[in-house]
Amino acid sequence: MEKSQRKKESVGVRIRKELKRNGQLYVIIALPVLYLIVFQFAPLLGNVLAFKDYKIKLGIFGSPWAGLKYFKQFFSSPQFENLLSNTLLLSIGQLLLGFPLPIILALALNEAMSAKFKKVVQTVTFAPYFISTVVLVSLIMQLLDPHMGLLTKVLAKFGIEGNLLGMPSAFRPIYILSGIWQTTGYSAIIYIAALSSIDPNLYEAAAVDGATRFQRILHVNIPGILPTIVVMLILESGKIMNIGFEKVYLLQNDMNLVNSEIISTYVYKIGLVKAQYSFSTAVGLFNSAVNAILVIFVNWVAKKFGEGGLW
Amino acid sequence: MRIGKKKNHIHVGMRDRIFLILVHAYLLLSLLMVLYPLIYVVSASFSSPHAVISGQVWLYPVEPTLEGYIRVFQNQSFLSGLRNSLFLLVCGTLCNIVMTILAAYPLSRKKFALRKPLMFLFVFFMIFTPGIVPMYMVIRNLNLIDSYLALILPSALSAYYVIITRTFFESSIPEAIYESAKLDGASEFKVLRHIVLPLAKPILAVLALMYGVGHWNSYFNALMYINTQEKFPLALVLRQILIQNTVDISSVADMKTMMELEGMRDLLKYSMIVISSIPILAFYPFVQKYFAQGMMLGAVKE
Repeated sequence: MEKSQRKKESVGVRIRKELKRNGQLYVIIALPVLYLIVFQFAPLLGNVLAFKDYKIKLGIFGSPWAGLKYFKQFFSSPQFENLLSNTLLLSIGQLLLGFPLPIILALALNEAMSAKFKKVVQTVTFAPYFISTVVLVSLIMQLLDPHMGLLTKVLAKFGIEGNLLGMPSAFRPIYILSGIWQTTGYSAIIYIAALSSIDPNLYEAAAVDGATRFQRILHVNIPGILPTIVVMLILESGKIMNIGFEKVYLLQNDMNLVNSEIISTYVYKIGLVKAQYSFSTAVGLFNSAVNAILVIFVNWVAKKFGEGGLW
Repeated sequence: MRIGKKKNHIHVGMRDRIFLILVHAYLLLSLLMVLYPLIYVVSASFSSPHAVISGQVWLYPVEPTLEGYIRVFQNQSFLSGLRNSLFLLVCGTLCNIVMTILAAYPLSRKKFALRKPLMFLFVFFMIFTPGIVPMYMVIRNLNLIDSYLALILPSALSAYYVIITRTFFESSIPEAIYESAKLDGASEFKVLRHIVLPLAKPILAVLALMYGVGHWNSYFNALMYINTQEKFPLALVLRQILIQNTVDISSVADMKTMMELEGMRDLLKYSMIVISSIPILAFYPFVQKYFAQGMMLGAVKE
């Protein structure tokens, strides 16, 4: 009894000491913490909606429990398989095709002979990152316009004809390729920064050994940026289930919906447009859970291979 | 032996030359593939409606005219969108920068007891993003529907940039500075304002640019929370005009034929694409010199 009393006191004393020493830091971080509570933690609690039969009058916490009803409803609904495969095909396709390109661009820029040329390529390829999703999609629509689009005419020469914007099979290529066009230059920056921090002595050692430039890239440059590559891969895998809602939603139309409806657009339509709050929260929660498991899995794999994960 | 080595050397030289040619060809191709659509859009925006619709524009403007731009600035919903977006850009980005600094500074101090647990929370919330519906409920309960606060507050802080900024502080501000400041009896607020912030220019530039781009380009939050047409930010107005194809007919009513109308509509779109992309693109060169430095110090932590 006495012992616990003393321990309690010492914790109290420690808190008081810490507050005296770092009190101002607590004042400084108060607003960000308030933000976390209101806009991150409260919505997280709000996910309890997924397990309730939401009635506006009763409020979130007063509504009766529904158990796993809405999850079961989603898993057994006819759209489930289609939504899941659309989401995964789109994001994994984007990851496989889009992830290596910034690395290749950065490695190539690192070999450029003229500093001026390097700067021009870097600046120009970075620029599309600043174009908004709305503008990008309208650009795609102009270029692929079935009657007078520039790209439509070019593609017709290669035997690709028809209204690509309304073709389900063309949706994923359009989404992925336009994404590559927009973000490769931006994503390359981090690798360029990593490449510039490689010890120049390693280059010289490679030259003395008679390595070609290509061999030098394989044995010096790539191992040098591998930790950065791993961190980026983990961050990217965190986006697999959260793949850009905005662009998908804008590129969607009734004709390509078979391939373009993904979980997040479905959640939006069911939840906010049709006001089925509980059901759509359940779908969204499923989405977040799969996503979190993916991130944790990739991080675990990275650690296993000795590349040190994100945490 | 000697000859053999020399031969090998020449061999390496040849291979390197071929390799370098391939690398430069690749870079040139990347450059052109990104640049060409941009040039095409700018050229189309300065061409006559007739030239655009008949496909005469390939590289440079045909029958140059400013008609598209004049008509864009006659479009009331575009102008109000532009005003709203500029307002949101300034207020939102300011709020972002202040909040990020307030979060990153204490987290960069080694003597701060809650450093690790709070850092964990930030990373945790970066991975577990709130769902659309629960977020909507929070905004509704706070009575923020149809208010700009609904566009500024929920995205006031990005864990990713907090981490970058914290890393920047840790690596560019030596611990000794804090100790000497403490000896001088300076408060944490003073240290933050007079020592840390002046040193943080590169990271401030990165934050301003990245958060700014986010505000300028986002339309989804406005789509969810803003109902009044007069309050729509530019991205939402552009969505109506460019994607849902609702060009205000009153501004093109004097066009005689369908063909002309169609051409004018296209020209308007190209001009809007250019105008709406300018504010951010114009900002980029000013911060570019800080950019590499800020990104590098903040993100590559070895």
